[in-house]
Amino acid sequence: MSDHFDIAIVGAGPAGGNAALTAAQSGLRVVLLDEQPAAGGQVWRGKSPSILSAPMTPETKAGNDLRHAIDQSQINHMSGTRVWDIRRDGDKWSLQILCDAQSLQITATSVILATGAREYVQPVTGWTTPGVIGLAGATALFKQSLSLPGDKTVVSGTGPLVFFVASEIRRLGGTVAAIVTPNTRADWARALPSMLQHPKLLARGGVWMADLMLAGVPILWGHAVSKVCGDDHVTSVQTQALESDKQGPIFEADSLCLGHGLIPQIEAAQMLGVPIHHDPALGGWVPDVSPDGVTPVKNLYLCGDGCGIRGALAAGLQGTLTGARVARDLGKTAPAPSIRAWQRAAGFGKAMTGLSIVKPKLEALTSDDTILCRCESLKRSDIRAEITTGAKSTNAVKSGRRAGMGPCGGKYCQTVIAALIAKETGKPIGAIPPSTPRPPLRPVPLGQAAGDFHYDDLPIPKPAPL
Amino acid sequence: MTDQTHYDIAIIGGGIMGCSTALRLASGGMSAIVLDQGDLGQGASGVNAGTLSLQIKRVKLMPYALKGHHLWEEMGDAVGFAKTGGYTLAFNAREAEMLHERQTMKAKAGAPIEFVSNNRLRAAEPNLTQKVQAASFCPEDGYANSSLTGQYYRGRLQDAGIPYREGCKVTAIDQGAAFTLHTAQGKITATRILLAAGAWLKPLAALLDVDLPVNARVNTVSVTERMPPLMSSVIGHATGLLTMKQKANGTVLVGGGWQGLGTPQDGRGTVNTATVKPNLALAQYAVPALAKARVTRSWTGFEANVPDFYPLAGALPNVPNAFVLGCVRGGYTIGPYIGQLMGDSILGREPEMPLFDPGRDFEKDTI
Repeated sequence: MSDHFDIAIVGAGPAGGNAALTAAQSGLRVVLLDEQPAAGGQVWRGKSPSILSAPMTPETKAGNDLRHAIDQSQINHMSGTRVWDIRRDGDKWSLQILCDAQSLQITATSVILATGAREYVQPVTGWTTPGVIGLAGATALFKQSLSLPGDKTVVSGTGPLVFFVASEIRRLGGTVAAIVTPNTRADWARALPSMLQHPKLLARGGVWMADLMLAGVPILWGHAVSKVCGDDHVTSVQTQALESDKQGPIFEADSLCLGHGLIPQIEAAQMLGVPIHHDPALGGWVPDVSPDGVTPVKNLYLCGDGCGIRGALAAGLQGTLTGARVARDLGKTAPAPSIRAWQRAAGFGKAMTGLSIVKPKLEALTSDDTILCRCESLKRSDIRAEITTGAKSTNAVKSGRRAGMGPCGGKYCQTVIAALIAKETGKPIGAIPPSTPRPPLRPVPLGQAAGDFHYDDLPIPKPAPL
Repeated sequence: MTDQTHYDIAIIGGGIMGCSTALRLASGGMSAIVLDQGDLGQGASGVNAGTLSLQIKRVKLMPYALKGHHLWEEMGDAVGFAKTGGYTLAFNAREAEMLHERQTMKAKAGAPIEFVSNNRLRAAEPNLTQKVQAASFCPEDGYANSSLTGQYYRGRLQDAGIPYREGCKVTAIDQGAAFTLHTAQGKITATRILLAAGAWLKPLAALLDVDLPVNARVNTVSVTERMPPLMSSVIGHATGLLTMKQKANGTVLVGGGWQGLGTPQDGRGTVNTATVKPNLALAQYAVPALAKARVTRSWTGFEANVPDFYPLAGALPNVPNAFVLGCVRGGYTIGPYIGQLMGDSILGREPEMPLFDPGRDFEKDTI
């Protein structure tokens, strides 16, 4: 297949999905590429078709509405599809994709990246023990397969997600041993004014809290997990009070959901030349982009959490703004939606993101023995040794120690390594950019990257001088 | 870091060439400082495929490559050195003819290269394709881990007490009784300068109004996830368009000089999918089991050259006390050795082997 589209959109979450709908309504040919079996992204994730009946959450409903609208539209929605490379090819973009184990190439005049976010976990001793999963990872389990992380679970982390995850575990019949959150009640009080803008979301939070309190689930405010115990599986979880450094209770549990906020996935934007800057209030390194998705790179647009963590509601609105902007830029008439609604939603989302800015006391729980790079089993002491002998950048640490050269490509270690370099060298975190992203955007089997070929057709250039 | 701001020599470019020259100069008593616009060893020195193969070296550079091999062997584990031996393969009659012609000349130049039977090849590398028409073998061949270059030379410079500055781009050079270098980190003066900035030599020499005819190739390298053992030696192709080796950790590194996009002046190069694909196809053709290995990264590095594809190593034309070292084809292999020669020359000693006059006529065959 070699097909040309007006717009190729990478990611079918709230941002990409809405961008696709808006652009398609203006009559443009849109292809929507997404790794998941159904549209909706992480927050509006669809249920596995094997699950016939399940309680309806607002996220499921929003996701169902989006999926229905996409089905009814002219959008060419390619699910289960991996985009592994995007290149400028003359006046268009060329995208390499994997779909049904087939390697395909499509082209598009404009590209919208709606690549979303990934979870950040501040490493702590034992965090790589089987039985520990991310908070966001846990929500994916609930939404897609209604399965639980274990029989008895400690739920720990920042922002509202801890309460949602704990309440979902209870709703699905599991036991929550405790909620352990580095946030204090004062942190939440500071976020309250922004939350009041969205009474419905605030009310849902109230329902989760009421349920957890009625069930007598212990909530440890201003606490964090200090150690995960267990050899081949989680057996217990130690906690610590952050301000006083006093040891907190130890909870027996077979599982731990752990997460400290979200990080924008910027690698594709970076690879295509979009400049980035550091903004802790938006989750870290974010690309330079306007509210309606325009970047300094011609015909490349960004929207959603991939340009800063503002939450699903804001992502959907920015998707609409961006879809309309691209349509106008391609000569179609499309209404220019007001950015006020997006700004309001973004204010709420940023208040939630602010709850996950890593506190120094939380950072201090990462010890020299803690593994920072899972792929290469590198401890903090290994990385520190590399820094103290002269590596002053994430690229230098990567070269010297392979931190970021494993299958994850640095997605799980670069943030904490950059923070460590900043600390050891006395530089601001904004002076330590992430390591240079490399294609492919996702690992791709060599045979599929190479594609079908005949040896005699390989374009062998003339050999090197003798 | 020292407070001193005047040096006997300032070396611009902290790759293998600059660092190995600095070490030689310091051992000869000169005070040197190494400046790099980025981190040490992150240009071509740190992103090439790490192949140490005599079978892909130019005939006239073979004596230098043999010396280079010995130096890499001495550096050993610190640079991930492995002497595995290497096979170069031909898949059709035309390639077989080229292989015979080229490897015979290289053997005459001193590389211990021999042609091997299919049976011997299959016994050594059972996962190779059955379609090999001819193969040569060199027991000296192997590889080192180029990503350790920065770490290695940082340590060597520190041990030798040679100051270095990273993130220190030179923006202007004043000539007078001494050179004054304007850098991102202030002014530095030096009696001599050595330009060793690889693919960035052209804009650097332009600061001294010297036009060096330097071009840059944009070589591509790819690496797979960890795999069970698939090959035990360095595998090459008669045309030089494939170099491949499996590291001790199981990852397979695939190179061969396929061209990416971009120029040094624009910053980093980018991978060109249209050239990565045939590079990977060639790798898969040689070792079919690679089809299932997931590629985790592809990247590019700039390799500088001049029109005759021989090194620049000697005095910079028309600028007293300025020197240039770069554009060495096979520069990863030869770099540690030619840096020593360059150092000896600057120290006023007769180098063990001749250098390469940067003022020569590049259009004529003068080497």
